[in-house]
Amino acid sequence: MIDASSGIFNVLIVGVGGQGTILASELLSYVALAAGYDVKKSEVHGMSQRGGRVESYVRFGKQIYSPLIPKGEVDFLVGFELAETLRSIEWLSAGGIILTDTRAILPYTSQVGESPYPFDALHRIRRRGFDPQVVEGEKLAAQLGEPKAANVVLMGALARLLPVDGDVWRSVIRENMPGNLAPVNQEAFELGYGSGILTQGHDSSTK
Amino acid sequence: MRRILSGNEAIAQGALDAGVSLASGYPGTPSTEILENISRLGGVRAIWAPNEKIAVELASGVSYAGHRTLAAMKHVGVNVAADPLFTIAYTGIRGGFVVVTADDPSLHSSQNEQDNRRYASFTCIPMLEPSNSQEALDFTREAFVLSERFDLPFFLRTTTRISHGKSIVEVSKWEESGERPVPGLVKDPAKYVMVPANARARHRDLFERVARVAAFSETFPFNRVESADSALGIITSGASYNYVRDAFPNASILKLGLVFPLPTRMILEFAENCERLIVVEELEPHIEEWVRGLGIKVEGKSIISRLGELDSGIVRRAIEGRGEDPVVPDHEPEVVPVRPPVMCIGCPHRGIFHLLSRKKIFVAGDIGCYTLAVTPPLSAIHTTVCMGAGINQAAGMEAVLQDQHGKVVAVIGDSTFLHSGMGGVLNMAFNRIPATVLILDNFTTAMTGRQNHPGSGFDMKGNRTRQVNWDTLLRGLGIEHIRIVDAYDLEEIDAALMEEMNRDAPSVIVVQGACMLLKNQPVKREPPYEIYEDKCTDCGICLRIGCPAISRKDGLPGEKPVIDPRECTGCSLCFQVCRFEAIGVLK
Repeated sequence: MIDASSGIFNVLIVGVGGQGTILASELLSYVALAAGYDVKKSEVHGMSQRGGRVESYVRFGKQIYSPLIPKGEVDFLVGFELAETLRSIEWLSAGGIILTDTRAILPYTSQVGESPYPFDALHRIRRRGFDPQVVEGEKLAAQLGEPKAANVVLMGALARLLPVDGDVWRSVIRENMPGNLAPVNQEAFELGYGSGILTQGHDSSTK
Repeated sequence: MRRILSGNEAIAQGALDAGVSLASGYPGTPSTEILENISRLGGVRAIWAPNEKIAVELASGVSYAGHRTLAAMKHVGVNVAADPLFTIAYTGIRGGFVVVTADDPSLHSSQNEQDNRRYASFTCIPMLEPSNSQEALDFTREAFVLSERFDLPFFLRTTTRISHGKSIVEVSKWEESGERPVPGLVKDPAKYVMVPANARARHRDLFERVARVAAFSETFPFNRVESADSALGIITSGASYNYVRDAFPNASILKLGLVFPLPTRMILEFAENCERLIVVEELEPHIEEWVRGLGIKVEGKSIISRLGELDSGIVRRAIEGRGEDPVVPDHEPEVVPVRPPVMCIGCPHRGIFHLLSRKKIFVAGDIGCYTLAVTPPLSAIHTTVCMGAGINQAAGMEAVLQDQHGKVVAVIGDSTFLHSGMGGVLNMAFNRIPATVLILDNFTTAMTGRQNHPGSGFDMKGNRTRQVNWDTLLRGLGIEHIRIVDAYDLEEIDAALMEEMNRDAPSVIVVQGACMLLKNQPVKREPPYEIYEDKCTDCGICLRIGCPAISRKDGLPGEKPVIDPRECTGCSLCFQVCRFEAIGVLK
């Protein structure tokens, strides 16, 4: 599954501007720091914030040099938007893990019916030999009255797959989320953490 | 204390640690957060200058007055500031003077990907290049000391991955030994008045100062050899160092922290101990050419692209002789519709571009959010070169083509106009070129994240300040025909546009509407609109304004358009363009 020999975790988080992709990668970086890893992250600000694709790389391990993950070397792909998850699978390593929301945000050409939106993305991902783990982040977060917390739901699901104790995540969320948003994000994290990804065969405790 | 900082945050911290008295710059990706963080963190004065030339000249005044100073800008900003920089290298400095150039290989958010290491050798201004946030902090602190020690401004060069990348930084207290310049005014014409006789002497002196830096570079700890396997030796710096370390953990590496001037002896010795020598650098063969000039056999751009940024995969394949292309995939890539950035819902720029597009007008464009109008469905920008260029290009076209080949206008944002558009309008008035300029005034520098500018009415800290008066300014430049129109009133804009374009005199239309994302201006937010399905003829015009809140239901070609009431800001543009009274306020 993950190349444990190198001891490096390569995480690619993708979404659309406004979905909290960068905040999610910040949380993961703080968690890695708190857990004693070296960590680097990189994303592009600027134009991508105008409703474009946002991608954030997070790498952590004993010692990290490059902030970028080369094509074919992503261990964990976390997608907040279905088409962006599909677009990113070229970056996955063989055996890489996909966590994705099924939220669909149509780009302009799909909105006007010119190019079809890939509603069949999960099927296409499976056809390529991957087993995408669906986390209905937005729907779960909506139950909390804050659909924007979908990003933290997905990070909760990711947390189950990483060798860092859930309590590290909990304290990072407590310390880094603005006061009024901390409680709902704590709940969002727990929804993801308990969303059942663990039961599907990626038990982090064996690593 | 260990913290995760972006390169830009680390540079800001370094500048504060070094005790800068004033920092200046103009917003530009990926440099913007340097000034913002200096302003946020310190009691230090950080100011947005109208443009980079002003920032550098202002900073040189601070330095001449014996205070430390920093000027930050994106790579193309250095072009604007190049004029003073070349000659400030001659005069030298008093207070430590650091110029940050944030380059953008791969053009994530820029009009070109020039490699500003060329500016270091061209101006003879030494240049430091960090590889991560820790070095960004350490190099920035040191740059001020070196600047004073060698009587030279220092460049600090980052690239997007260094400025915006985040990594762990040990933020320790920094103890500096040595004397600092005494603040005050120093009258020394031979050093600071660059008339030819003085400048000739200072040019000679510049070479001597750079030679001293070169000698120092041989033992400078920021240049270091990481010795391992002698079969493969790699010379590298900046972001590229990280990719080399990941791709070839066993190679010997000469890591250069100072990329101008380069340490000749160090390079010669390193080369002698390697069987195969390669320079790994993004963009230009800056280091490679120097190494080659020493008569050393070296590989570089013959195997590594001169285009775009690198990563460890690209470096590995290039050096292993597998070319630039990734491993050939065993399947076709998945087809996914592209997702270009678009103007926000309710953006004040949308209406004017809808009109320009519909009227098939040739638009000489500029740099800002409005450049996004180049993509379909608006498709209404026809030139974009650099800040301020559009006005002059429109004037040039107008001067030779008149009206025989169609209509031309220039569009330029408010911040961009105040950065470098005023001269263009002055030229139109002076030379009686009857072009029409549209200033799209949204009260902010929107594209880089909404920084205040002289037309905002607020300074960097958000305090009230003088606000440019368009009418007075334009009249002063010699423009007689000035219109200020509401960005959300298509009829008003249309009438003004037709009248001014047909006028045989220079004219300016200020299209005014605050950026939807602003907090310090009243933005237009009204109840949302809806499309009446029974009245809608599916003509598609509302889809062609490119509003992200309007789509065919579920993106299905057979469905009629709908408006997402949760997203609609009530700008009313779709209502104004609909010819069938099929759009109205949501009941």
